[in-house]
Amino acid sequence: MSEPMVEQLLDVTVTVNGRPRHARVPARRLLSDFLRHDVGLTGTHVGCEHGVCGACTVLVDGAPMRSCLMFAVTAQAYAVTTVEGLGSMDGLGPVQQAFLECHGLQCGFCTPGFLTTVTAFLCDNPDPTEGQAREAISGNLCRCTGYQNIVRSVLRAAELRAEAT
Amino acid sequence: MTTQLFGAPVRRREDPRLLTGGGRYLDDLGAGALAAAFVRSPHAHARILDIDVTGALDVDGLVAVYTYEDLPGRVAEPLPLLIPHPALTHGRTQYALARDEVNHVGEPVVMVVARDRYLAEDACERIRVEYEPLPVVVGIEAARRADDLVHPDVPGNVAAHLVQEVGDVEAALEGAPHTLTLDLSVERSASMPLEGKGVLARWDAEQGELRLFSSTQTSTGVRAAVAAKLDLPLAKVECIAPDVGGGFGVKINHPWPEEVLVPWAARLLDREVKWVEDRREHFISSAHERGQLHRVRVGFDDDGRLLALDVRFWHDNGAYTPYGIIVPIITSTQLLGPYKPAAYRCEFWSLYTNTVLVTPYRGAGRPQGCFAMERTMDAIADRLGVDRAEVRSRNFILPSEMPYDQGLLFQDGRPLKYDSGDFPATLARLKAMVAWDDFGDYRRQAEAEGRRVGMGIGCYVEGTGVGPYEGGHIQVETSGRVNVSTGLTSQGQGHQTVFAQVVAHELGVPLEDVFVTTGDTRRMPYAVGTFASRAAVMSGNALALAARALRAKALRIAAEALEVATEDLEIVEGVVRVKGAPGTSMSLGTVSVMSNPLRYAFDEAAKAATQFAGANDPDRAPVADDDEPGLEGRDFYSPTQATFANGMHAAVVETDPVTAEIRILRYCVVHDCGTMINPMIVEGQVHGGVAQGVGGALYERMVYDESGQLLNASFMDFLMPYASEVPYIETDHLETPSPLNPLGIKGAGEAGCIPVSAVIASAIEDAEGFPITSMPISPVELWELRRRHEAGDLPSLARSTTSAGSAAYPSTLEAP
Ligand code: FES
Ligand code: FES
Repeated sequence: MSEPMVEQLLDVTVTVNGRPRHARVPARRLLSDFLRHDVGLTGTHVGCEHGVCGACTVLVDGAPMRSCLMFAVTAQAYAVTTVEGLGSMDGLGPVQQAFLECHGLQCGFCTPGFLTTVTAFLCDNPDPTEGQAREAISGNLCRCTGYQNIVRSVLRAAELRAEAT
Repeated sequence: MTTQLFGAPVRRREDPRLLTGGGRYLDDLGAGALAAAFVRSPHAHARILDIDVTGALDVDGLVAVYTYEDLPGRVAEPLPLLIPHPALTHGRTQYALARDEVNHVGEPVVMVVARDRYLAEDACERIRVEYEPLPVVVGIEAARRADDLVHPDVPGNVAAHLVQEVGDVEAALEGAPHTLTLDLSVERSASMPLEGKGVLARWDAEQGELRLFSSTQTSTGVRAAVAAKLDLPLAKVECIAPDVGGGFGVKINHPWPEEVLVPWAARLLDREVKWVEDRREHFISSAHERGQLHRVRVGFDDDGRLLALDVRFWHDNGAYTPYGIIVPIITSTQLLGPYKPAAYRCEFWSLYTNTVLVTPYRGAGRPQGCFAMERTMDAIADRLGVDRAEVRSRNFILPSEMPYDQGLLFQDGRPLKYDSGDFPATLARLKAMVAWDDFGDYRRQAEAEGRRVGMGIGCYVEGTGVGPYEGGHIQVETSGRVNVSTGLTSQGQGHQTVFAQVVAHELGVPLEDVFVTTGDTRRMPYAVGTFASRAAVMSGNALALAARALRAKALRIAAEALEVATEDLEIVEGVVRVKGAPGTSMSLGTVSVMSNPLRYAFDEAAKAATQFAGANDPDRAPVADDDEPGLEGRDFYSPTQATFANGMHAAVVETDPVTAEIRILRYCVVHDCGTMINPMIVEGQVHGGVAQGVGGALYERMVYDESGQLLNASFMDFLMPYASEVPYIETDHLETPSPLNPLGIKGAGEAGCIPVSAVIASAIEDAEGFPITSMPISPVELWELRRRHEAGDLPSLARSTTSAGSAAYPSTLEAP
């Protein structure tokens, strides 16, 4: 018999939604799996694991990143924000609230990726046109909504953010 | 005052949870479960000579490896054929793990269970399977030629052959003043939900019970299938569909191999086991749909009225037929749309190929049928020089002719009888919306600017809400909380909201008090599933009936306690009160306490109820013979036939004169799904359906090479539309209530996608001036058609030539 294949485990600590989260994981552990299965924040979804659908998008130091294309070890130097960090059931964030009002989700599987993407977009462009809103979400796949209500949600979120400030 | 809930665009109750990461999809459950992964066939057709698993045994964390040889009893038998049909003379299904032979790339061969998925896949990589490749059948043409066979005992690769005929089509064609022949084809696509399939199984050895979670469109079906396969009493198996990240048809087929193997392994290992499909697995081992070739022969009079319609088509059912021949049956019946040909004959062959199996994908054969019918309508209009909308309206079934029996048997084996619909009204709305009659001006203006534009139209009728039944159960707790359950499952259609609306409306309770559970066999063991746009019709009506039963009971109990007649009572905002004297009242929670003679004073409601406790009659049983304890209602809805929704779409497209790029400038929808429970949700369904239709019309196809490899099995290469590809969708709704059910509703789930390929083809053809007969169409393909047209290989539409006469539509297919 050859040597059993045993993996080396590393101590990894990532700041997620403002809290340091630790786990012992192999170097190849994807950030998406770390968040979902090691930290237990299952709001971040995995639709393709090859960087195309955007369902796994989280904010890394505020910038949208595909957590299926990043290793947990490499995320250690950054602050990660997931959908759970954008608001809560009784205190929805403005983007979440807008999706609720505009029927911007159906099955909800793609939604966390849209919410994080739109949150980052509105920080850069707080008052987008409809065309810009559509453009902003055109790197994320949704199979349910046809996107029209997501575009509306982006515009509504911009209004809600403006009202809040 | 109770706010109007039924018919209002009520915000969804599931959303706050789903928006904050609180969804519980399959892979969000079972933390710490063992992970399963599969070695799948890399060959489209091959004999398995040897499987060597020794390499995998070195992987730390490996728990088990299984091949076909390890499967016992019924687990080792072929998977069931769910929907047999007399015409399906050669139905074939796969084994849970391949036995001796594989028939498509992706068929599972070895199952590995390990501590986590990474390790399970490490082990899979180290397993060596030796194959002897066999000749491969890919594509409908090859299947028809039958030089090679997919299954050696299926002659001609023909799984099924079915003919339905109304009237004498040959004679009618013979006598028709005009005839046309068209060859029309549609390629493969797939449901492609963002969440793939997945199964989690927990075996409780102490209780001898299995709890199963599956990302399915039918938990009752999966439960029964698994119980039978594992030889467990039904009572010892429960199946729950958690939050499901989209289905669109692919999750209605069951049991999938993994739905049998994962619970089997969980029991054997006495450990929790989970399998979550990855994207490549979904492409190569779930299901596809849509691949069909059609030959239409049509005879019509000088006005364009259909005298004879003869449709033959060839359906690619992939390697196996677990879901029967539902898809081609639907094509052959729903093709007729809103029209009434004097004679109709439809014949199809369902053919095996060495590709992923075919089961319904949203629309389920209707998009192909609609494409065939609507292309035919455009061809007739072109031949006669009549307006395309006008030709359609001359063939419409009129409201005065409803109910209208098409004389065929539908997918449920019952007569294809339209219950209602006002097609002329739908068309009138659509024409107004898209400014149909003014398009000539627009086109001239565009042409003057060097732009090429066209307008297209498509009409459909969709049989929705097929039986056999669904049930509803409602229970009011002493707190006033209303628990609602129905057995069919949810994949994003907002069932927790629409069913709550139905119950709140029927019962007279606030929406916030209603809590809906779907797809949980512990709560509702009898159910069919979510498909065929049936959820609102079936469960909506079942719940309405259950609510009415519960309401009657509540009024009876309250009337007795308040010493009034039931007719004098009403229920408003969860309180039963005397009409005109709202002071005399009791809450539904209190009625719930009174409905149960066992009254431990656990809560305030129970204490409050004591004031109503009447004298104890020693001669009366605490629960009367014809009564039950508790404030509950339960009923089933089982219709005699489907309801028929309809709609019409129109689009304006622009094609680039140089690059042949295709842009949709406008997309208009008029839709009639009867009474709407929640127009916001219906509209969302229409948007999503149209987006999938646009994908099918312009982008999506399954690209198999001649060796049966799927070349585009990733989101990188299979072009699902992003927001940048989906046009703004303009919608208008007609509400022609169905006379068939208490709520007057018809289904809405699939409608949006049905006519899109037909509409876009119609519009491109209108822009280009030559026939479009195959979808999807890419800019490269359009460019190639232009080249052929310029070379004289492709005739012009009659309207764009001065010489009339030659049949515009080319015919190349030979009948078998
Ligand atoms: S899962 Fe990361 S982009 Fe699809
Ligand atoms: S809401 Fe289902 S994929 Fe977007």
